Amino acid sequence: MAAPLAPAVKATRQPPPKPSGTPPLRRSQRRAAALFITPFFVLFAVVMAAPIGYAVWMSLFQERSSGLGFGGTERVFSGLGNYTKALSDEGFRESFVHIALYCALYIPVMIGGSLLLALLVDSALARAKRFFQLALFLPHAIPGLIASIIWIYLYTPGLSPVLDWIGAVGGSWNFYSNDHVLSSMVNLCAWQWIGYNMVIFYAALQAVPRETIEAAVVDGAGAIRTALQIKVPLIASAVVMTVLFTCVGAIQIFTEPRLLNQRGAPTIDTEWSPTMFIWKAGFVQHDYGLAAAASLMLAVLGVVLSYIVTRLGNRWKAAS
Amino acid sequence: MPVSWLLFAATKNSRDLFGTSGFAFGDFNLFTNLRHVFTFNDGIYLRWFGNSILYSVVGSAVSSLLCVATGYAFDKYDFRGKEKLFGIVLGGVLVPTTVIQLPMYLLATKAGVVNTYWALLLPALVNPFGVYLARVFSEGYVPGEVLEAARVDGAGELRTFAGIALPMLAPGFMTIFLFSFTASWNNFFGALVMLNDEKLYPVNLGLFMWNSVTQQQPEYYALVITGSLVAVVPLIVAFVCLQRFWRSGLTAGAVK
Repeated sequence: MAAPLAPAVKATRQPPPKPSGTPPLRRSQRRAAALFITPFFVLFAVVMAAPIGYAVWMSLFQERSSGLGFGGTERVFSGLGNYTKALSDEGFRESFVHIALYCALYIPVMIGGSLLLALLVDSALARAKRFFQLALFLPHAIPGLIASIIWIYLYTPGLSPVLDWIGAVGGSWNFYSNDHVLSSMVNLCAWQWIGYNMVIFYAALQAVPRETIEAAVVDGAGAIRTALQIKVPLIASAVVMTVLFTCVGAIQIFTEPRLLNQRGAPTIDTEWSPTMFIWKAGFVQHDYGLAAAASLMLAVLGVVLSYIVTRLGNRWKAAS
Repeated sequence: MPVSWLLFAATKNSRDLFGTSGFAFGDFNLFTNLRHVFTFNDGIYLRWFGNSILYSVVGSAVSSLLCVATGYAFDKYDFRGKEKLFGIVLGGVLVPTTVIQLPMYLLATKAGVVNTYWALLLPALVNPFGVYLARVFSEGYVPGEVLEAARVDGAGELRTFAGIALPMLAPGFMTIFLFSFTASWNNFFGALVMLNDEKLYPVNLGLFMWNSVTQQQPEYYALVITGSLVAVVPLIVAFVCLQRFWRSGLTAGAVK
């Protein structure tokens, strides 16, 4: 951004006259900057950069059992072998189909739902606003694992009041059956995150200038048209950011399908999602190379998705 | 709705849990259940709870301080390669955490920190999104003029940060703390990978373990349900008390 030896202090408005632009001051500031950022970057290197580098290295080797399989295993360089192995694994390929289906259902429900709620709360009375914000946000305060356990109990015949109600009106529903398990999972995740995203959208809506909305109303736009054509485009950047985080979160879904699998949902196998596949490859089969290759491919998918979402988002913002 | 079900369910013994309707009281067994949760297996639940607090509170406090210092430096100082470094931080936000879990586990095995408190604490210290937020907060809360004034008065950079900027950044610190806190308290995958010593489990993993035997031994249901309730209540209270901060945090994130 600026040249390395540019004025050290970034003033908020007009740069005030520098009291002493002498080198010693700048040096002390550079030292302070180094002092402040070093601990973070050291830890960053240890906890993020090193594992990624190590994963790249690991993904290039395969474990081969030597001799008759008694002499333990040895590591053999295999180039892209692990990548082709992962890609030719049906379970791995299917796990991406699963999350694609999941996203196709989850993202519209999540974004549409939280947007709708935010617009409703935005037009509610002042006192109701606080209540709804809190009530809708509360599920997010519950750890994902506990939320999954609660919902899984609510899906379980015998434990579930919901199933009792459905039974009482003569209906029947199996939350774990092949047809319904995906919607059961979407419901579980949406319950946890919808309030969080709603609060983000609501905060962005608060920043929309009231005059713009009033002008639209004066021009004869109804509440729905105002919401769709004025409010939503104006909070586009919040929507794009939310879609981005929702995507990055959705592709690494683990806890919910893991628990549904434990509960015996027939279509959720032990490698239903890519992270479950990675977990199984690494910690059950101890095939670290395969797990590393799969991890990296998932990371690449995350980056590609982020790129696409940001690009589409920018185009949408430019158009509106 | 599910939370209130949890509340009802926690008051029942195993028989009533299946025998009565979800939103009705059976025999009132909440205190028996609570006693069970806290005394089962030599009070292991309490230990899990303590572990969770250690991982989340200590981890998040240190991590938020690091974030605030780093974000402040990014905002207020100019140095070589600044924007490139910041780009690395933003890249870190997008890396799915589960992706680096396996290599991290293997590195941790080599370093001998698997099955120690460090295995969960160390990763909890790094929060790239927190750095991003801290930079935004520093831009908003700490006017450059104030720092200039402090320098003219002869305060060193460190004293300026600790004495002047840090108090101004307190709401930002709280927000980042809250985000890291929820993330660590929620971190199930990391614990599952890094720990297999029951004594080091956070509440999450402990409940998961109990839950995994419920189908064979239904008496565990009451343990899981009451244990979940006990784990959730302090969080809800904390969120209600601190709602000012999570709201400001979400706003800062949304209007970049």
